[in-house]
Amino acid sequence: MNLSRRHFLILLPAAAVAWQAVLAGSPEASPNYKMSEHWWGMLIDIPKCIGCGNCVRACQAENDVPDGYFRTWVERYHVSDGNLSNPEVISPDGGKEGFSPAKEDEGKYFFVPKLCNQCADSPCTQVCPVGATFTSPDGVVLVDQTYCMGCAYCVQACPYGCRYIHPTKKVVDKCTLCYHRITKGLTTACCEACPTGARQLADLKNPKDPIHEFLKTHSVQVLKPQMATGAKAFYYDLDGSVR
Amino acid sequence: MPGVEGFMYPNETALHWSVLIVLYPFITGLVAGAFILASLERVFRVEDVKPTYRLALLTALSFLLVAPLPLQLHLGHPERSYEMYFTPHSSSAMAMFGFVYLWYLMAVLVTEIWLDYRRDIVLMSESSKGVKHWMYWLMTLGSNNISERSLAIDERVGWIVTLVGIPSAFLLHGYVGFIFGSVKANPWWSSPLMPVVFILSAMVSGIAAVMLLYMLAMRLRREAIDMHCVDTVARYLFYIFIVAFGLEMLDLIHRIYEADESFRSLNFMVHTKLYFSHIVIQIVLGTLTPILLLALTQVWKFSAITRKRIYTVAGCLTLIGIFAMRWNVVIGGQLFSKSFLGYTTYKMGLATREGLLVAIALTVLPLVILWVLVKVLPPWPERSQGPSAAITPVI
Repeated sequence: MNLSRRHFLILLPAAAVAWQAVLAGSPEASPNYKMSEHWWGMLIDIPKCIGCGNCVRACQAENDVPDGYFRTWVERYHVSDGNLSNPEVISPDGGKEGFSPAKEDEGKYFFVPKLCNQCADSPCTQVCPVGATFTSPDGVVLVDQTYCMGCAYCVQACPYGCRYIHPTKKVVDKCTLCYHRITKGLTTACCEACPTGARQLADLKNPKDPIHEFLKTHSVQVLKPQMATGAKAFYYDLDGSVR
Repeated sequence: MPGVEGFMYPNETALHWSVLIVLYPFITGLVAGAFILASLERVFRVEDVKPTYRLALLTALSFLLVAPLPLQLHLGHPERSYEMYFTPHSSSAMAMFGFVYLWYLMAVLVTEIWLDYRRDIVLMSESSKGVKHWMYWLMTLGSNNISERSLAIDERVGWIVTLVGIPSAFLLHGYVGFIFGSVKANPWWSSPLMPVVFILSAMVSGIAAVMLLYMLAMRLRREAIDMHCVDTVARYLFYIFIVAFGLEMLDLIHRIYEADESFRSLNFMVHTKLYFSHIVIQIVLGTLTPILLLALTQVWKFSAITRKRIYTVAGCLTLIGIFAMRWNVVIGGQLFSKSFLGYTTYKMGLATREGLLVAIALTVLPLVILWVLVKVLPPWPERSQGPSAAITPVI
């Protein structure tokens, strides 16, 4: 990888923020991990996302996500002349391989990374007929795939389109916020792979987590707030056109 | 991506609920509707519909026995479905399916049929020989007393069971409507009117099905159709149809007038992908036409043969219309993106697990079961009373 001194210096602050987030948001090692001491969410800094698709690829590699299905993906919005109700949105193959260059025309372009919102009042958990989908005490919506019968009611109930039926396992699959990693003191695969720190794992119960300072000083929004799902994926600088 | 217009969330392009999930509310609707028709005679003493009473009960049972099959075939892991009984998730509308189903099957339908047929079963067990004898003997459950007092108790208990059965039938199908109506993520489904619309459309489809089956059965048996009965059934069908259609229109007008964020997307869908199944089949062919046909029979006095033809056409169109309504709810609700920016297409397989052939088999299966039930428990008065003439009741 050719990285000029200029680019290195540009990326350095973002890397520093990302590293700080990893350190601050990291729980202790798994054996000592206490679920009651954490409340996980994610901060997504839209202006920082460059649509490289690293997060999507990292997630697929880390979680063995089958081709054509997505635990996380990136959308590119094109909003012209304040036409908020009719944006042009694309997400070719979930943005895994990045995006072709945008046309130089009027309006604005921006990227929106999407993943499970880890809702505190998740509709998917509510509708699961056997309780295979549940919210862990540390606020992560998980699926017991040995219990799920694959009815897909939760897929219908998720307002964000974050769930799918695994083509070979025939059970539901979704983002676990890399639970196997975060309980070991690591950050998620997508956060780790993000070159700009656009995604930051957030522990809302950890007073040292920079999320608290960020929420205090920035205007953040959740997707589809009218759904009242208690979403914990906080978006900074979210445009009104985003669905 | 082929079949996709605009933008869909990447996991949305394939539909998760197929034609089998269309069949599920269609079948349970027939069950609830047939039972409510039967209750007209039993509870509300509408004697005119008595010839259809037993046939309606057997129709309800035939379809109810098949109702879980489309769900089982749809599940990714059907072998785990028993978990809904052992570890039901109390906040899930779907978790109640097993209990509502069992309650309706065992506590209502089977009990009522058994009480109504008990005398005939005892008589048939005594008049038949061999395997048939043992089959009917088992069906008596050891209750052989058919004295007048005993039969009076049957009648009384049966009345109570039917009385409990009416809200149960409403519960069975209202709950199916609630499964869809309570999904707030989907504006096409999310409506408090959904359970009520489902119940009324269930009554319409069940009554139409029993009316058609009665006329078909009479034709096959080369017996005269009790026109007084069919006229009354058709009149009830007409009235309930008007209320059902009125409610659906209320829902539609409310959506159009409110025009919330989803309206543009849903409006586009109704005018394109759902135009044929929603406007042409459901509303024009499956609702307005049968209502008009039934209205004609209320206004003009046609001959019996003309009325029979009108009822047959109206009944068939009604069933097609109600099936289209289920289709438009289940499939239509998945054709648009929850981003309201795109649309996908439903591609039904032919010989796959959730394909067309399986759907056809599941539609025919209840009719086969009904045929067997009618052979075992004849709903016709002359056959069910036949053995009683030859055999002295055990008192």
